[in-house]
Amino acid sequence: MEEAGDKSGGSRKKGLKRKAATEELQEAAVVEDGATESGVQPRKVAAFPPGFSTSEIKNKQRRHLMFTRWKQQQRKEKLAAKKKLKKEREALGDKAPPKPIPKTIDNQRVYDETTVDPNDEEVAYDEATDEFASYFNRQTSPKILITTSDRPHGRTVRLCEQLSTVIPNSHVYYRRGLALKKIIPQCIARDFTDLIVINEDRKTPKILLAVPHEVEFVRRGKDPTEHIPEIILNNFTTRLGHSIGRMFASLFPHNPQFIGRQVATFHNQRDYIFFRFHRYIFKSEKKVGIQELGPRFTLKLRSLQKGTFDSKYGEYEWVHKPREMDTSRRKFHL
Amino acid sequence: MVQISVGPDPPLRARVTQTLRRKCGCRLPDFGMAAAGARWNHVWIGTETGILKGVNLQRKQAANFTAAGQPRREEAVSTLCWGAGGETQILVGCADWTVRHFSTEEGRFQGQRHCPGGEGTFRGLAQVDGTLITCVDSGILRVWGDNDKETSSGPLLELRVGPGVCRMRQDPVHPHVVATGGKENALKVWDLQGSEEPVFRAKNVRNDWLDLRVPIWDQDIQFLPESQKLVTCTGYHQVRVYDPASPQRRPVLEATYGEYPLTAMTLTPGGNSVIVGNTHGQLAEIDLRQGRLLGCLKGLAGSVRGLQCHPSKPLLASCGLDRILRVHRIRNPRGLEHKVYLKSQLNCLLLSGRDNWEDEPQEPQDPSKVPLEDTEADELWASLEAAAKRKLPDLERTPGALQTRKRNKKRPGSTSP
Repeated sequence: MEEAGDKSGGSRKKGLKRKAATEELQEAAVVEDGATESGVQPRKVAAFPPGFSTSEIKNKQRRHLMFTRWKQQQRKEKLAAKKKLKKEREALGDKAPPKPIPKTIDNQRVYDETTVDPNDEEVAYDEATDEFASYFNRQTSPKILITTSDRPHGRTVRLCEQLSTVIPNSHVYYRRGLALKKIIPQCIARDFTDLIVINEDRKTPKILLAVPHEVEFVRRGKDPTEHIPEIILNNFTTRLGHSIGRMFASLFPHNPQFIGRQVATFHNQRDYIFFRFHRYIFKSEKKVGIQELGPRFTLKLRSLQKGTFDSKYGEYEWVHKPREMDTSRRKFHL
Repeated sequence: MVQISVGPDPPLRARVTQTLRRKCGCRLPDFGMAAAGARWNHVWIGTETGILKGVNLQRKQAANFTAAGQPRREEAVSTLCWGAGGETQILVGCADWTVRHFSTEEGRFQGQRHCPGGEGTFRGLAQVDGTLITCVDSGILRVWGDNDKETSSGPLLELRVGPGVCRMRQDPVHPHVVATGGKENALKVWDLQGSEEPVFRAKNVRNDWLDLRVPIWDQDIQFLPESQKLVTCTGYHQVRVYDPASPQRRPVLEATYGEYPLTAMTLTPGGNSVIVGNTHGQLAEIDLRQGRLLGCLKGLAGSVRGLQCHPSKPLLASCGLDRILRVHRIRNPRGLEHKVYLKSQLNCLLLSGRDNWEDEPQEPQDPSKVPLEDTEADELWASLEAAAKRKLPDLERTPGALQTRKRNKKRPGSTSP
């Protein structure tokens, strides 16, 4: 709390000078009396003992008054400073120094040592031979099974349906009390390549292995067509991010049909992955119109397991540990 | 007045040129540097892509070594062990049933031998008296003879240990004694010089409170020093101590930790506790005298694949599926010392047990190194030496010595481009 402003506070509500002349030990009440008596005398400004802040005033209304006055003054100073800066910039014209960039959490991100360098051969080899390599080599085409937890509610069912329209070559099956571990070998036998399980938490759908934070259904009449969409993966920089990005990319077939003008976007920001599905149309060279179709949801990675789903005995490649990993607000893992 | 010591001795010159080299921005080719400094690496790690990585924690450098020059997933390293002759040789067990010899002195792979038999990858590798002991997943334990003889002669000894082996470990005190254990494969201790039957065969614990058989899944085994005891850690998050000397074949002590399978284990210096790691990346130190948890180590995010403690210092190296090598300090204070990002998934590691961690004597001037000294450094030295001559003209002997030394250095250097 600035004390310079406080010292200048006077007894009267309006019309008192803000800047304190001297520090005098005077009670506010005494000054007020003195002021009312001597209207002709030069205005005395009430001064406060050094080290006094307005928060020590016991009278709430008075305290509030002092605070609002201080706030107004701060605002005035800020405005004055801004105007001054603007004038200086205009005066300098071209020679003005560039505007300082505001600090954001994304700007201040702690450099992650696992950030992938595009020229890195070892990482390139690792990616070229991992489990998703067969998709990227166009050897296999994805076939996806979408299912839910047992006895799904309405919202989950609708999400499943929307997802199945968004992701080509996907099928929705209800899980009537079947164990996941038993489903997996059957899926493999029937050539399914991916399995998406939408779990429920208090009747809001949540996807297994990634926890969505909010799911919104786009309530437009438009539906995605059967064309295979293009995929945009934004901002997956670290090695882990790369793996996740490849996993998402492998959900969709690898021959985007540009005629369909549909695009699915997985945008990673601050470890949250936003999924959007749009249809775009180029009105001119630079202008694009987009229309949002399909569900919109946000995901957060909880864990990445090696091999197929086995929560008890499986080996984890990455596990989110909140108390260890979330200590810094500027450190992100994807 | 600047005092320049007359007649710089070789170590000083080497140090100065190294600084100059670094400052000038010129670097030795990676392979040469890596190969030359390979013997000083503190940790050796095998990866899933078939690369052997040597990490020097003092210089904070990691170097890759591959047999074929290219990483190959078929050669994924599954086990590592020290070869004969101290820590100069490493035996690398790969997924294609070959065991490759790597020399740390020279920094390159020297040879390999094909050790077929059984299915699955190597679960244990050991060497004794020039022979090689291998054990694969399907339970075939073989002892292979000298490399000089024809490899087609086959193994010297073959034992069937039982299917589903997860680990085979050699007793450091009695190199002919090995222990094996795995999934539904109880702990067995074999004497390779003795009979074909195991010396000690562990018995499963009693049925639990529901009268159900307790499943067995021994993931890692260690021999405790100064006694015949063995410690195992299981996939059902148990740590068990067996004592072959006692009449009971059941575990003498059992402790549990966490809820996830324990994948790796190592003994601490002191021999009273073990450190275990599980598939969630949690590391814990468990006291074996009482069976209680002493403390945990933080940091790992993926499944722990390899753990090793230094024999005398309180340092622990851990590697896992999150592609990062971490070196923790176990006591006073407990915490992370080094963290190195290595780009592939790490499978197993070997920690050098040598004591002189910090001291790295400067390698003397090898003739192979001199051509790589750049001419700028030489010119700088020449000017320095000239200045030295100028400043201290009274010493007549030394300028001559300097010149001869310079001449010596220049001779091999003149051949360089």
